[in-house]
Amino acid sequence: MTDGTTNTNRGGGLAFWVVGFVLLVAMPLLNVMPPEDSWLHLSDFSLNRFGKFLAFAILALGLDLIWGYTGILSLGQGVFFGLGAYCMGMHLMLTIGKESVYGSDLPDFMVWNQVKALPFFWKPFFSFPGAVLGSILVPMLFASVFGFFAFRSRIKGVYFAIITQALALAAWLVFNRNDTNLGGTNGLTDFKQVIGYRLSDASTQLGLYILTVLCLGGAYLLCRWIIASRAGRVLIAVRDSEQRVVFSGYTPANYKLFVFVVAAGLAGLAGMLYVPQVGIITPAQIGVLPSLEMVIWVAVGGRGSLSGAVLGAVIVNYGRSILTNYFPGLWPFILGGLFVLVVLLFPDGLVGIIRKGKSLLGQRKASVGKAPVPEGER
Amino acid sequence: MTERGSIIQLEGVVVDYDGFKALNKLNFIVDYKELRVVIGPNGAGKTTLLDVICGKTKPASGRVFFGERVNLIGKREDEIVSLGIGRKFQAPSIYGNLTVWENLDLSLKRSSKGVFPTLIGKSTAEERARIAQNLETIGLKDYAHTRAGSLSHGQKQWLEIGMVILQDPALLLVDEPVAGMTDKETEQTGRLLQSLAEKHAIVVIEHDMDFVRQIARVVTVLHEGTVIFEGTVEQVQANERVREIYLGRQKVAH
Amino acid sequence: MSTVSVRLVKGELIMMMIALGRTVAALGLVGLFLLSGQTWAIAADGPVAAPSTSSIDQALTQVTSEDESIRDAAIRLLIEQGDVSLVPRLDEIRANADRSVRQPIKQLMDLFKNRAKLTSPNTDVRRSAATDLGTSGKPSAIPWLDAASANEPNRWVRYTMEESAALLKLASDDPSIKAAAADTLGNLRSQNGVPVLKQLVEAGAAAEATEPQKTVAKAAGAAIERIETWGVWSNVFETIFRGISLSSILLVMSIGLAIVFGLMGVINMAHGELMMVGAYATFDTQEIFKAFLPPSMFESYFLTAMPVAFLAAAGFGLVLEATVIRFLYGRPLETMLATWGVSLVMMQAARVYFGDLTAVIAPGWLSGGAQVMVGVYLPFNRIFIIGMSIVCILGVYLVLFRSSLGLRVRAVMQNRNMSACLGIPTRKVDAYTFAFGSGLAGVAGWALTLVGNVDPGLGQNYIVDAFMVVVTGGVGKLAGTIVASLGIGGLNKLIEPSFGAVYGKVFILVMVILFLQWRPSGLFAMKGRNAD
Repeated sequence: MTDGTTNTNRGGGLAFWVVGFVLLVAMPLLNVMPPEDSWLHLSDFSLNRFGKFLAFAILALGLDLIWGYTGILSLGQGVFFGLGAYCMGMHLMLTIGKESVYGSDLPDFMVWNQVKALPFFWKPFFSFPGAVLGSILVPMLFASVFGFFAFRSRIKGVYFAIITQALALAAWLVFNRNDTNLGGTNGLTDFKQVIGYRLSDASTQLGLYILTVLCLGGAYLLCRWIIASRAGRVLIAVRDSEQRVVFSGYTPANYKLFVFVVAAGLAGLAGMLYVPQVGIITPAQIGVLPSLEMVIWVAVGGRGSLSGAVLGAVIVNYGRSILTNYFPGLWPFILGGLFVLVVLLFPDGLVGIIRKGKSLLGQRKASVGKAPVPEGER
Repeated sequence: MTERGSIIQLEGVVVDYDGFKALNKLNFIVDYKELRVVIGPNGAGKTTLLDVICGKTKPASGRVFFGERVNLIGKREDEIVSLGIGRKFQAPSIYGNLTVWENLDLSLKRSSKGVFPTLIGKSTAEERARIAQNLETIGLKDYAHTRAGSLSHGQKQWLEIGMVILQDPALLLVDEPVAGMTDKETEQTGRLLQSLAEKHAIVVIEHDMDFVRQIARVVTVLHEGTVIFEGTVEQVQANERVREIYLGRQKVAH
Repeated sequence: MSTVSVRLVKGELIMMMIALGRTVAALGLVGLFLLSGQTWAIAADGPVAAPSTSSIDQALTQVTSEDESIRDAAIRLLIEQGDVSLVPRLDEIRANADRSVRQPIKQLMDLFKNRAKLTSPNTDVRRSAATDLGTSGKPSAIPWLDAASANEPNRWVRYTMEESAALLKLASDDPSIKAAAADTLGNLRSQNGVPVLKQLVEAGAAAEATEPQKTVAKAAGAAIERIETWGVWSNVFETIFRGISLSSILLVMSIGLAIVFGLMGVINMAHGELMMVGAYATFDTQEIFKAFLPPSMFESYFLTAMPVAFLAAAGFGLVLEATVIRFLYGRPLETMLATWGVSLVMMQAARVYFGDLTAVIAPGWLSGGAQVMVGVYLPFNRIFIIGMSIVCILGVYLVLFRSSLGLRVRAVMQNRNMSACLGIPTRKVDAYTFAFGSGLAGVAGWALTLVGNVDPGLGQNYIVDAFMVVVTGGVGKLAGTIVASLGIGGLNKLIEPSFGAVYGKVFILVMVILFLQWRPSGLFAMKGRNAD
């Protein structure tokens, strides 16, 4: 910002603190303070559900970095989400211990599949810090290997989208297998506790919710820092003209890899926070369709805008949760229709609509002469 | 073999597009601080020549040397850029979603353009001064904080030239810089290129003969992938073969 | 094939001797009608066919005897003298009999039934009867099989009869017959003979093995080797066939996708659902034929459904182009997302309208298959799909390179702006090409009804593979798509046996990524100054 760029976000600063206050203080207070029959009361269920949406929002931030800013469409974010979720899920499985149905030290599904000894790759997940690190680092490591090969050979655009979609399909197939010892189709579930706190306790869930909000805040600040830096502008530059980026002396592949790995880490973090709050992770959450749905969160909210990504993740998932409840058959129509509608008519999503509305108001108020400079986040 | 110390030297370069030889045993030498104009009818291989120098196209055979003895064949585009070759494309190639200032800031020559230095690096006062000065040179001082995508075509061309200048390359490759410019803009561009040639070697591809006359010292005429003539503007215009090629094509065109 | 059955065979032989002594005359008659081949079936219709009714009647009462030896003797006699006409009576006896006797009576009935089936007009029935007899372990079936095979017109039924006879002979006490039978099985490359032959080899290798046992073991060993070598080759052949079959499905799916991608730079994520449209169009055609046309015309519904599927999918394609894709020109990623939205809506619409499971009945002439050599059976529907893909490629070639639309398509593909300047209506070319590509998807869906159910997820099963084909093949050249389909389909089937289907898919993804390291824009990328 010292460079005299338009990349200012001072208005966003206030909004950040207001939203942060609502999420971090007001909502937990509404959950704890008013009596349960009060109209002000926020039920445990609602708070927990909201925590899940906020976990998704973390993923959406990463996806926005790579798609919204850098212009690389990844249709495989579900894989990284899944990797993070499974890492934490494995830890939670191991902490069930003797409380499991079969009373064995092994997870129930292993007893069921007649696995006698714990597979080696489960062992690091006995440790909680190991699981937390794994949830973030495993997706990042995986993304670096995949991204290295993909970006090195300049796979981009439609090609990259298709390759990542195939990745999502492959991951889904592999996670579904029983012989990979990841719980097969049923996934990992029946968790009891996390670092000694019972997951069934409302207070544990409240704690997880607050942790999610804090992580979201951190992820948001990280993304904003990246975007505001010169590297962030290189990302936008890659989207605008990759050729020119090369001829300005940058190696686009490195920048793409960087942002891809960051996005994978955020997806892993989201998965890690998702698992204890929802209590189950199955391959159904990581396949082709879920990965595509993640893209629509960002599209609806407004790509190329961090607040848009968060907004989109929360609103789409909230809508989904309401609609699948009342009209289960209708959701695919709405989701599909939403996709077509957003892409065709509102390419900048909700944030774009809000901006347009604002600038229309602004134009009416302010005197003519100064054309509205588009928001720096574009 | 480089007695006078040429900055770029192509020897017997062949580029083959599925049987069509875009460059056919081309030899081409440019000296330090020379302003060279390359002309030729459509499909003569002008843009391909620049593509070969900057690593965008790999020749089937032939040699390309930069400076004393740096072999450019097999090098990646970004490596070639860091050696000191800058390029302005035919169609303006700028970052439409960034401001003019940001466009220039990204192009500025810096010690490292790796991800992490770029992530934490801040502009120094000296760098900002250079950008500001560059803005004056290309006449976009009033547009520093305008989205580059909303500039006019001519302004975009200048912005791109400015971006290439800030890279401080030893060799500038400029592909049709005045296409779509008004006469006045064309003339300004000509002056800009001439002043740049005091410090850099420049290869300009151009169709506009008035413009060529304005800036050119030595003109190279390309036809069907080979150099058919090299000399001053006057010599070129007087040359029978060159006329034949251009007039022959004009007959077809009309 | 255990020792139990071997013991049974021994018992049978003894019993046979007794039966022989009792009814010499009857035996003569049996021999006669066995020699006369098929005539016995006709003879069985009349009462004359029962040569010694009294002994059969007696035996029928004895089959339920408490005394095992009497019971066995009765069964022997019935095998020798009885025929399929006894089945109803045996069934009656069986219904009232003890559990312990039901099983042998059942075997007896099966034997009669299979013997009768050997002369069935239906080749499949004859063949399965011969197979059953071969595994029955009843040496009395040997002459029946020999006689039947002598008159058998169909090569593969004859093969099975010979194989079954040899299998039964393998249980003989005579080592020379055994060795000869092993040799025959080797000659026949009979995969079914391998377990028994292996037993013989083991018996010959045992410490207490007699000299004749060793001779037999040697013959059996030689036979196994021949069979296994053949098995390897037939496996290779079948793998190749399966690979080509999958490739041809992929090819028909991808070709439409690739043309559209080449022309408009657009990947249509709803391509799979256009296939689904083709499949449902086939289903609807079938239902209409069923409802409104005489049953004699039903068989022809399938060929009628082809143009219907093409037109239905092409129509959907036109609508899709006009309402969505047209507005996203030059934004390929957005097009992908929007078409994915469309695919979601189409899938759900099909689910709501058609329900989850609908199947198309393949016409008679496409059911079954052809045996081309021992151990290699090629289903007609797969052969048909391969043939159809060749026809499709020829069709696409003709449209692209021999029609005026094709000329325009290629012109726009090479240089859109120049084509527009020359007066080619590029938007129209886009629309028609998109419709054509969609129609091809419909044809692919039509063909897919032969190998699976018609369900809303039909397109999703193969679509990611088809995307991979397009990416690997590159754009602009038909050959790229063909080679990529063959490569991915072939590789898929090649590694499936050793890796399993799932890891096979993962392996292919890795291969494609590595391949793109080498050729980032596919096999046959367009070179030239316009290529980025």
